[in-house]
Amino acid sequence: MVLVLAEQNAGKFKKATLEVVTYGRKVADLLSCECTALVIGETDAAATLGQYGANKVLTTADAALENFDSQTYTSALGQVAEKVGAKVIIIGHNSTGKSIVGRLAARMDAGVISGAKSIPSVSNGFVVEKNVFSGKGIASFTLDTEVKIISVMGNSIQPEIIGSDVSPESVSLQIEDSKVTVKERKTVSGTVPLPEAELVVSAGRGMGGPDKWGIIEELAENIGATTACSRPVADTGWRPHHEHVGQTGVAIRPNLYFAIGISGAIQHLAGVSSSKVIVVINKDPEAPFFKNADYGIVGDLFDVVPRLNAALKEFKANNN
Amino acid sequence: MKILVCVSKTPETTANINFVNNNTEFDTNGVSFIMNPYDEWYALVRALEITEANGGDVTLINVGPAANDAVIKKGLAIGAKEAVRIDAEPTSALFVAKQIAAYAKSQNFDIIFTGKESIDYNGSLVGGMIAELLSLPYISYATTLELNGNAATLNRDIEGGTEVVEVQTPFVVSAAKGMAEQRIPNMRGIMMAKKKPLAVVAAEAADDKEKVTEYKVVPKDRSIKMIDPENMKELVRMLHEESKVI
Repeated sequence: MVLVLAEQNAGKFKKATLEVVTYGRKVADLLSCECTALVIGETDAAATLGQYGANKVLTTADAALENFDSQTYTSALGQVAEKVGAKVIIIGHNSTGKSIVGRLAARMDAGVISGAKSIPSVSNGFVVEKNVFSGKGIASFTLDTEVKIISVMGNSIQPEIIGSDVSPESVSLQIEDSKVTVKERKTVSGTVPLPEAELVVSAGRGMGGPDKWGIIEELAENIGATTACSRPVADTGWRPHHEHVGQTGVAIRPNLYFAIGISGAIQHLAGVSSSKVIVVINKDPEAPFFKNADYGIVGDLFDVVPRLNAALKEFKANNN
Repeated sequence: MKILVCVSKTPETTANINFVNNNTEFDTNGVSFIMNPYDEWYALVRALEITEANGGDVTLINVGPAANDAVIKKGLAIGAKEAVRIDAEPTSALFVAKQIAAYAKSQNFDIIFTGKESIDYNGSLVGGMIAELLSLPYISYATTLELNGNAATLNRDIEGGTEVVEVQTPFVVSAAKGMAEQRIPNMRGIMMAKKKPLAVVAAEAADDKEKVTEYKVVPKDRSIKMIDPENMKELVRMLHEESKVI
């Protein structure tokens, strides 16, 4: 049995959750077993997880699980895993997953891969790849424990609709009261959070100051991207810290990464090198980033980016 | 306030990464090692600030061989009062967590700090594992930690924002950017570190639940296409038709 934690946000499943359910389906196919999804909290959408390959959907609306706490969530997932006899447990590698994946492995004394980037290979042992050394290397881990736990990097797999709705069943659990009180959640609305973003527009010191980012925001808006920045930019306060991508910031793997006025220091590259397509705009033809890019434009970003914005507007007008 | 800070030793951030022995081992040749930046800059420094404001002591703990003593001594020079090294190769996250939990169990620490992840295996696992082994609350990716008596208020990073949580000591916390500012050890700190206690403790038996069977260097197989800066229509066309990303 494969067990997937299907996280919901305000009653809805984000793409990241559908990716994890699809991943679970593929692991279940490899092991010729069923895939069960666990949904914590109230949602009308639980049944739809069947479309992504869950054979069974379990729900719990236990009041002790109303707010996220690593201890109560680990207890819930652990209890369900024991009930259904889960052999592989799959969680998204996001703030929830990172908080519980280690706890769950310790609770179940299980092998664990946090941040898997591929579907396991089962031809010669159970092998899963993940990035190591902050994106500079890839390691294949072999797990031989009875229970295996995997947290999956976002954007590692695309959700696939392969089935139809299944009726959710509610599961009763014994959850102790949480020792952590959530006072407030402050999220930026309207944009896709960086770790989940498929398109990212990032800029660096080449911007010259905090007051010229209009063209970057316009570019992001033109393609529906999330904005990001390099470390010096976040450190000097030109942009908020949560936009900092790189080895000491957020590691991302979008489909498209625009690096504008970023030289490409090794620490920055480590956090973005898993991007599928990289476009570099820099006035210095010797910028190291050009060695790690798919498309390069040598020019002044204050000329090039407005020109790109105009071209994108024209493209959109012609494609609508 | 009695605080334990877990530190690991990692390759320096600009190190080139290579693998040897048929790609089964990390090549340490020519690599300099440092204290994991999240452990040093954020976890250790915030722990010191808390004890400076509230009284108490910071103990460092590392699981590793004698070669790790240089990294541990840097932590003592920055200001930890004492250090413990569990004398074993840190072969997996659960092995390390079991060693630290076994040590911490009888010590009644108020707060156990880790960095948000180590920059070598990027697992973000050890903090949660220690918390589970000791049945303590765990706050991950915390960017602030304010104490009022035994009550702590923390901000933690979540997707696209921040969550504000409250918890009573004892608890485990993983520290992310924002928690504190890096401190450079001064000469006095370095001299004092030489006299601070560094206990070496034998490891407990624990097996590894997973093992690296092969490493690869991330292929740099991008072949760049240069595009005329005057012709951004061409870039848009390529992103649409060739790469199919827009």
